[in-house]
Amino acid sequence: MSIGATNARPFLEVKDLNVRFETDDGIVQAVTDSAFSVEAGKTLGIVGESGSGKSVTSLAVLGLHRTRSNAKVSGEIWLDDQELVGASDEQVRLLRGGKMAMIFQDPLSAMHPYFTVGSQIVEAYRVHHPGVNKKVARERAIDMLARVGIPQPERRFNDYAHQFSGGMRQRAMIAMALVNDPKLLIADEPTTALDVTVQAQILDLIRDLQEEFGSAVIMITHDLGVVAELADDVLVMYGGKVIEKGPALEVFRNPQHPYTWGLLGSMPRLDRDVRDRLNPVKGSPPSLINLPSGCAFHPRCPYAGRNGNRSFTDVPVLHGDVHKVACHLPQEARTEIFQQEVLPNL
Amino acid sequence: MAGAIVVIFLIIVAVLAPVLTKWFGHPIDEYHIDQIDPTFSTPIGKFGGISREFLFGVEPTSGRDVFSRILYGAQTSLSVAFLSALLSTFLGTIFGLAAGFLGGWVDAVISRVMDFLLAFPQLLFAIALVSVLPDSFLFFGDRWSRVFVLVGVIGFFGWPYIGRIVRGQTLSLREREFVEASRSMGARSGRILFKELLPNLAAPILVYATLIIPTNILTEAALSFLGVGIPPPNPSWGGMLSDAVTFYSIDPMYMIIPGGMIFITVLAFNLFGDGLRDALDPKAR
Ligand SMILES: Nc1ncnc2c1ncn2[C@@H]1O[C@H](COP(=O)(O)OP(=O)(O)OP(=O)(O)O)[C@@H](O)[C@H]1O
Ligand code: SF4
Ligand SMILES: [Mg+2]
Repeated sequence: MSIGATNARPFLEVKDLNVRFETDDGIVQAVTDSAFSVEAGKTLGIVGESGSGKSVTSLAVLGLHRTRSNAKVSGEIWLDDQELVGASDEQVRLLRGGKMAMIFQDPLSAMHPYFTVGSQIVEAYRVHHPGVNKKVARERAIDMLARVGIPQPERRFNDYAHQFSGGMRQRAMIAMALVNDPKLLIADEPTTALDVTVQAQILDLIRDLQEEFGSAVIMITHDLGVVAELADDVLVMYGGKVIEKGPALEVFRNPQHPYTWGLLGSMPRLDRDVRDRLNPVKGSPPSLINLPSGCAFHPRCPYAGRNGNRSFTDVPVLHGDVHKVACHLPQEARTEIFQQEVLPNL
Repeated sequence: MAGAIVVIFLIIVAVLAPVLTKWFGHPIDEYHIDQIDPTFSTPIGKFGGISREFLFGVEPTSGRDVFSRILYGAQTSLSVAFLSALLSTFLGTIFGLAAGFLGGWVDAVISRVMDFLLAFPQLLFAIALVSVLPDSFLFFGDRWSRVFVLVGVIGFFGWPYIGRIVRGQTLSLREREFVEASRSMGARSGRILFKELLPNLAAPILVYATLIIPTNILTEAALSFLGVGIPPPNPSWGGMLSDAVTFYSIDPMYMIIPGGMIFITVLAFNLFGDGLRDALDPKAR
């Protein structure tokens, strides 16, 4: 749209995103002042423990909170120079599955139990190509199934989701998400439900398809290994807030936030107990109804209070140029702690 | 299973009532004064006059054939129960879906209306309504005119039972991931409602529709008993019970037969509904 503009917006740009849910227990502040962007052809990794607001963020981008009467979304979401938070339901619906699509964590529950996999892909295609007849749509669906590596696609077209193996099912889900050539693909823990061997295949597939289609990808995961492998940029979330973000290499080489250190400590290694991996940082996630005062991470942070008491009273702001962090510790102190106390134990 | 057999049997009997009465009974309005003891007005024969000629005995005073009247009574009773269940199911499904799917103020309004209707004194309303409506309208006789009025009243007051179930199921279904996934591909609300949600609701709707039939049978009987149901001389189970009250000490059979029919029918439909639920809903097992 902005023809000839020199510093055009990134393909996806999210600003001041807030998502809150009104519940019987109080207001859940699921995402607070989040901001990030993804360029076409690039991958953004979003990491954070369970309940940190990763899925809520991605559903907000797709406008899927609109049907929840208790949800309130504010901020700006720019997709290819179009603002989505203020757009009409119908405008956003037309973008969903067209310009942007999502791969869900559990393809078994994300596929309809009563319809064949093929018919669901056909339907997803025809929503965005109203003039196309059934036969053409069917060919397109079979073509997509073949492209994601499903053997005998003509036959599998007529199978139900429960007749597929876990890996094949996720491939089918990917085929459905990509059927309209989306320019933004959001993958919400696409491999968590799969066997380790299959996980790598699916990630390879997503990477290959991204190269082929040139899409922007948001990869949501618990697994820092996945981010290290695929992502160009990383966003670390804690308690609904972005607490560290930057280029993936930079964040891995020189992590700044104590919570990120904890996550790094949970990267899979042969000599580490599985239980420690599942609970990377000691203590429990914060309540999103009553966030801890000051830095939301302070009840679990071993370094809280090292720099006076600001951690307990003041909310740290995200600061820095390219690599940003939200922590009260001065840069030098963080570098020193990381080098001397954290790195030797990783 | 036993419930299903009895239910099917009852339906066949009701449908074939004209034929069966021709073969095994007498016309419903035919008086048989010769069967009645003139001093007590009760049937001459033992057990309410049960004989090979009159399978269920005869009515006190008039001597009308109880067998034929029970069969025609089954016809009205089941028609009212089925049609009002159909009406309740239709309204309950539409409003329950709307409340659960749209949420917000639509849900608030529909939920309040359902609470209101569930607390409403249905019988009193029916009595008041019937006394102001004409006995027959259009080209329907007084029997079918009243059947439609009863269907309207019972069906209208019954929809919140279905509505609540449908609303609850819709609320939980719409949060299911396949609905979210389908939305994420740009599916229209109409498609989600009718193609994704409704097929998953079919089983519970069918079960609860079956389970309100016995309630409707009882309501119809109660209204006829109170004199605002099927108008005499048309036969109805509730009306027969009401007539039997005067004679129960000298002719108990005349009370036992319609009472027993109501009991068996309601029991059979309940068993059938429970069986259906067990078969269709794996969670309830
Ligand atoms: N519809 C909703 N109503 C109320 N609260 C909600 C709703 N959806 C999400 N939440 C809350 O928002 C918070 C963030 O949830 P979210 O699903 O984004 O976490 P997540 O980071 O994706 O976690 P996970 O790794 O387990 O998927 C959670 O505390 C959750 O309970
Ligand atoms: S601000 Fe304080 S509590 Fe929060 S992460 Fe930094 S050191 Fe820890
Ligand atoms: Mg999630």
